[in-house]
Amino acid sequence: MSDIKMVNLKIDGIDVSVPAGTTILEAAKTIGIKIPTLCYMKEINEIGACRVCVVEVKGARTLVASCVFPVSEGMEVTTNSERVYNARKTTLELMLSDHKKDCLSCERNLKCELQALSNEYGCNAYRFRGATSKNEPADVTDYLVRDNAKCILCRRCVAVCNKVQTVAVIGANERGFKTNVSPAFEESLAASPCVACGQCINVCPTGALHEKSEIDNVKKAIADPEKIVVVASAPAVRAALGEEFGYPIGTNVEGKMFTALRRLGFDKIFDVNFGADMTIIEESHELVERLTKGGVLPMITSCSPGWVRYMEFYYPDLIPHFSTCKSPQQMTGALIKTYWAEKNGIDPKNIYVVSVMPCTAKKAEKLRDNEQENGYPDVDAVLTTRELAKFIKEKGLMFNELPDGTIDNPLGEFTGAGVIFGASGGVMEAALRTAVEKVTGKTLDKLDFTEVRGMEGIKEATYKVGDLNVKVAVANGLKNAKIICDLIREGKADYQFIEIMCCPGGCINGGGQPILDAYTRRNVDYKSLRANALYSEDAKLKLRKSHDNKAVMEVYETYLGEVGGHKAHEILHTKYVARKKY
Amino acid sequence: MAKTSGVPFQGTKEQEKQLREKLAELKDVQGGLMPALQEAQAIYGYLPKEVQIIIAEVMGVSLEEVYGVVSFYAQFTIVPKGKYKIGVCLGTACYVKGSGEVLAEVEKVLGIKAGQITSDAKFSIDATRCIGCCGLAPVMTVNDDVYGRITAKDVAGILAKYN
Repeated sequence: MSDIKMVNLKIDGIDVSVPAGTTILEAAKTIGIKIPTLCYMKEINEIGACRVCVVEVKGARTLVASCVFPVSEGMEVTTNSERVYNARKTTLELMLSDHKKDCLSCERNLKCELQALSNEYGCNAYRFRGATSKNEPADVTDYLVRDNAKCILCRRCVAVCNKVQTVAVIGANERGFKTNVSPAFEESLAASPCVACGQCINVCPTGALHEKSEIDNVKKAIADPEKIVVVASAPAVRAALGEEFGYPIGTNVEGKMFTALRRLGFDKIFDVNFGADMTIIEESHELVERLTKGGVLPMITSCSPGWVRYMEFYYPDLIPHFSTCKSPQQMTGALIKTYWAEKNGIDPKNIYVVSVMPCTAKKAEKLRDNEQENGYPDVDAVLTTRELAKFIKEKGLMFNELPDGTIDNPLGEFTGAGVIFGASGGVMEAALRTAVEKVTGKTLDKLDFTEVRGMEGIKEATYKVGDLNVKVAVANGLKNAKIICDLIREGKADYQFIEIMCCPGGCINGGGQPILDAYTRRNVDYKSLRANALYSEDAKLKLRKSHDNKAVMEVYETYLGEVGGHKAHEILHTKYVARKKY
Repeated sequence: MAKTSGVPFQGTKEQEKQLREKLAELKDVQGGLMPALQEAQAIYGYLPKEVQIIIAEVMGVSLEEVYGVVSFYAQFTIVPKGKYKIGVCLGTACYVKGSGEVLAEVEKVLGIKAGQITSDAKFSIDATRCIGCCGLAPVMTVNDDVYGRITAKDVAGILAKYN
C-alpha cells in the first residue's frame, strides 16, 4: 500500500485520480488529453511563461497555466472550451507578430513546434502587425547559428544551458520588448565560454538555433575532381539517422547509411568506429601505464569535445588528468591523411576528410591546434546527423528503399567496442575489455560491463584488472561532470579511471542528432532506445574487443610501431590549453 | 550586438579592495546579487564588464547571470557618467513643451545618444523621467545646474559654458 495521497478531479467532465502534486497537464495526459506546450520542459523549465497551455479551472478568475498548476481535490478543469481555444490562438498570433516568418526556407520547416501549433490552431500569422523587437543579424559561430529573430523567448535553451549543462553562458537580457536571449553583454557566443555542445539546438522549438552548416563545403569537395573525399561516421549517427526518415527511435540504419554515403559521391567510406577502436588501444595503454608506473590519476577520457572545452574553460587545473589521446574523429582523420595516404601513394593535400557526427562541438574540435598532421587538418568538414539527412533528401535518395551497403577497408573495420562509444559508459566498457585482457593476458569470459551502462547521471563500479582493483566512474551531462570535477579538485575522488561525456546520455543525445519535439522528449525514453541500438549491434558482432580489430593492429605493425610509442604519440595524441572564460 | 561603453576601464586597486570586502559579506547571502551590484555601482559609478566579472567569480554565478540582472533593472548602468551629467526630462509636461527637440539637439551637438558618454568622458546624456519642476518645462540639467523654459536653440550656448 503506497502512502501517496491521491487527488480526485474532473477534466473535461471525466473523473481523474492522480497523486497529489501532479500538474493539470500531466493529469490530463493520463486520460488521453494532450494540452499544447511551448516553454515547458519537465523538471528543467517549469516557468509557465508562454501561456500556450492555459486551461479553465472552475472558480478561478483567470485561465491558468496547466504545466505548473497542481491539481486539487474536487477541481473541475476544462481544457478545450472556446475561451481556452481563443486565448491560446491569440497568444500564438502575438508570438507570430514578432517572429521572422521565413518558414519555407527555415532550417526547421515542418519540424517547428511553433509552426505545428499555429497550424493546429488555424492562426493568422499576420493578425497583429507592428514593431518587431529583434532586428539584430544572426550570431554565427564555427559550430552554431543563433537567429534571435525567430526566438520566442521560451527559455528552453537557457534552461538546458543552465540546469543540465551548468555552463550558463546564455540567458535573458534586458527587459520588456527588448528582452533577448544572448550571452553576457549581448556578445557573440564565440566570445563566451560556450562549450559548443548544441543541447540548446535540440530543445529549441523554432529555427532560432541550428548548427553552422558545412554541406556546401562538402558538396564543393565532392565536385572537385582533384579531391579524394573520404567520409567516416560516428557510432551514434547510425542509431538516430533513421528518425529523419520516419523509422522508430532506436532503429539502427547502418547499412542504408553506407549505401547513401556512397551514392552521395564519397570516394571512400571509412568509419569513426575504427578510430574508436584505435582510441581504446592507445587510451587503455595510457591507463595501464599510469596505473602501473605511477601517473596522474584518476585518468579522464577525452573523446567528447564539448567536455574537453568545458575542462579547458572551467577546470584547467585538471588538464594533467586528461588522457592525451585525440578523439576517435581526429584519430580517424589523422590516420587517413598519414597511414592510408602513404600506403596508397596519395598526397594528403588532395584528401578531404568528412566526418558525420551526432555533435556540434566536433565542428569546433576539428579547428583546434594540435589536430593536424603535416600541416593538413585531420578533418576538413563535419556534418551533423541532421545535415547528413538533409543532404540525402536533397539528392533525391529514397533512404527507406536503399539496400544495405558495405563499408571500405581498411579504415572501415570495427569491433563492438567501437560501436558502443556512442552511449554513456561505452568508452569505459570498451577500455575495460582491452585493459583487463592486456593486464591479465587472459581472455575475458564475460564482455558486458553492465554496471557502467544506462542513463544514470553518474555511475560507479570497481573492477579487478589483474591484481589491481580499479574504481571507475562514468558521468554524462556537464552537471554531473561538474560533481566529479569538484571531487577531484577537493582530493575526494578515489577513482582511477573516469569517463565523461558532455551530453546527457552520451553522443546518442548529442547536439547534432535529429530533433525531437518537447512532448516526445519528455514521454519517450529516446536516449535508452538509441543506446540500445548500439548495444544490440555490439552483441551481434563477432569481434567485440578493440585489440581484435585486425586493421587497427596492422596500423601498428606496419606503420606506427609500438602502442603508445613515439610515432603513435605524434599522430594520435594532442595537447590541451587553459582557456580564459572572459 | 555587443553592449559596451567604449570607454576604457580605469578602476583603481582601492576600488577593487572595497568591492571585494563588500562581496565577501554578501557571498553567502541568499539574493545577495542585487545588493552586490548596488554596492559595486556605488563604488565605481557604473558596472563595467571588469567589475561584473569580479562579481560573477566571487558570487559563484555566471557572468551572463550577472549581466542579465544588470540589463534588466533601470537602476544599473554599464556606461560611466561623464564629468558633466546632462539630464533632459522626458516627463509628460516637458515632453509636450518640446523637450524631445531639446534632447535631439543635445545629441546632435555632442554626437552621442541618450545613455552614452563622449569619448573624452566629459559629457554623458540621460533621458530622465519627471524631475519635479514641471513649471519650468521643458527642463534640462547639467550636474546640479537646472535650465528651464529652454528651446533647442539654447542648447549650444548652455553646453559651451562647460567646455
